[in-house]
Amino acid sequence: MQSIANTMHKKPKLRLAALLAAPILWLVVAYLGALATLLVTAFFTIDSFTGNVVQSFNLGNFQDMLTDAAYKNVVLRTLGIAISVTIICTILAIPMAFYMAKIAKPKSQKILVALILTPLWASYLVKIYAWRTMLEPGNGVLDWLLGPIGFNSPGFGGPAIIIGLSYLWLPYMILPIYAGLERLPNNLLDASGDLGAHNWYTFRRVVLPLIFPSLVAGSMFTFSLSLGDYITATIIGGKLQMLGNVVYQNFSINLPFAATIATIPVTIMAIYLWMVRRTGALASL
Amino acid sequence: MDGASHRRTSEFVMTISKNARLLLASLLGVGLAFIYVPLTVVVINSFNSSRTFSWPPSELTTKWWMMALDNTGVRDALKWSIIAGLSATAIALVLGTSLAFAVSRYNFFGREVISLLVVLPISLPGVVTGIALNNAFTKQLGMSTGLLTVVIGHATFCIVVVYNNAVARLRRMGTSLQEASMDLGANGFTTFRLVTLPNMASALLAGGLLAFGLSFDEIVVTTFTAGPGIQTLPIWIYNNLFRPNQTPIVNVVAATLVFISIVPIYLSQRLSSDSSSGGRF
Repeated sequence: MQSIANTMHKKPKLRLAALLAAPILWLVVAYLGALATLLVTAFFTIDSFTGNVVQSFNLGNFQDMLTDAAYKNVVLRTLGIAISVTIICTILAIPMAFYMAKIAKPKSQKILVALILTPLWASYLVKIYAWRTMLEPGNGVLDWLLGPIGFNSPGFGGPAIIIGLSYLWLPYMILPIYAGLERLPNNLLDASGDLGAHNWYTFRRVVLPLIFPSLVAGSMFTFSLSLGDYITATIIGGKLQMLGNVVYQNFSINLPFAATIATIPVTIMAIYLWMVRRTGALASL
Repeated sequence: MDGASHRRTSEFVMTISKNARLLLASLLGVGLAFIYVPLTVVVINSFNSSRTFSWPPSELTTKWWMMALDNTGVRDALKWSIIAGLSATAIALVLGTSLAFAVSRYNFFGREVISLLVVLPISLPGVVTGIALNNAFTKQLGMSTGLLTVVIGHATFCIVVVYNNAVARLRRMGTSLQEASMDLGANGFTTFRLVTLPNMASALLAGGLLAFGLSFDEIVVTTFTAGPGIQTLPIWIYNNLFRPNQTPIVNVVAATLVFISIVPIYLSQRLSSDSSSGGRF
């Protein structure tokens, strides 16, 4: 033991190698390896008779995907849902986070943070199941609650998916904005006020630019988690399909095509992450 | 979070008009209602005496809770969830911590890419990770899906939360304590055991808690890696969600999970975590 410790101490490279070996093996070889293999599969086809994967390189799947209008619609719908969810979460989160960070007294601040954190630990499925009972057309909770003031449940479908996903990811948007506002020194706000800016102007020109990395950090969750979701669409989406549903359905019948469809969200996410890296939001995660 | 240090009440905040404050407070109230009404409905529904869904409940009962306690499907699912969660957490703790040490204490080629690499498994859609792992396990490696494949899948996306907590703590700790220990004659292992590890304990505990939480709640990757033999709790709920005669039991399980979500919050309030957000970020 002593001699190992000495060797390790004298050879920092050896120590580094020992630290890196297992995690790199896991993440690069196992995880990235699996992803790469899946990507390669996207260029294969399936034997329509036996259902086996035929390993001959061709672009047929991509051609099918790009030419069939049905897939284009699913992509646009999924993007629309992910963007709507991100916008709704941002609009809901900013005033909530602002009150928590700047107006609430320290004692209630602590309670409010706990109140936002708690639903993060409540099960994903339970939350969507809850919205199934909320949205149930006719005898759902929403109809019972808001019916008297003239609102009706939108039922299961696109709006339901947007509500459900916004519900799921809202805390992921509130928390980074809250953290960003906490880091924002109050005297910056005062300086802006002393220089004659109104509160709303200060908010737009001082607060918003400074918490922008936090907004981007939050959007990474709201956008990316919505982009690949298929469970929510299955439970409260009615007949509506998202990209994840198409991948899921093709998985057992035509793996190469499922892999082809899967490249869409991965590509969108890669572009998004690359753009996000430049805003420095990854560091504020 | 050192936010408290500059929490001197600002003139800006003081000059926010009473109406604006009221508006912000009511928006917060609406937001909190949006978050908590559905969860409350789940809890109330578990006492709903009606066998099928009906709202509002005509009568309340605890008989479904008794039935759920005796349900072997639920108990088995809970058992698998705990086994898979603990195993994945253990692996994530080892891998995430060593990676954190490598990144924060050494300079090497590709160091900047690591933060992107660890976050990838939770950034990419679960369905993509799921089918990629399923394809690699069953088609390329000829393995059969089961507990092992579930644990491997879960550990992959759990590494990031341990890593984030460990990196933040290591950054805050600096190296002077370890140097002092080495100067006083302790070797690397002794220093790690007596100085570094105790200083990291609470960060690792927080990271481990989050990793277990992520694993316990995971459904998509599990769907593709579990195979028919293993049902974790989320898989059990999903499989029974559309079976009308199981509704009361599903309601009880759902309500239980809502109650359980308070436990980690309570624990993390007592732990000093490096991240104000509970470390998921």
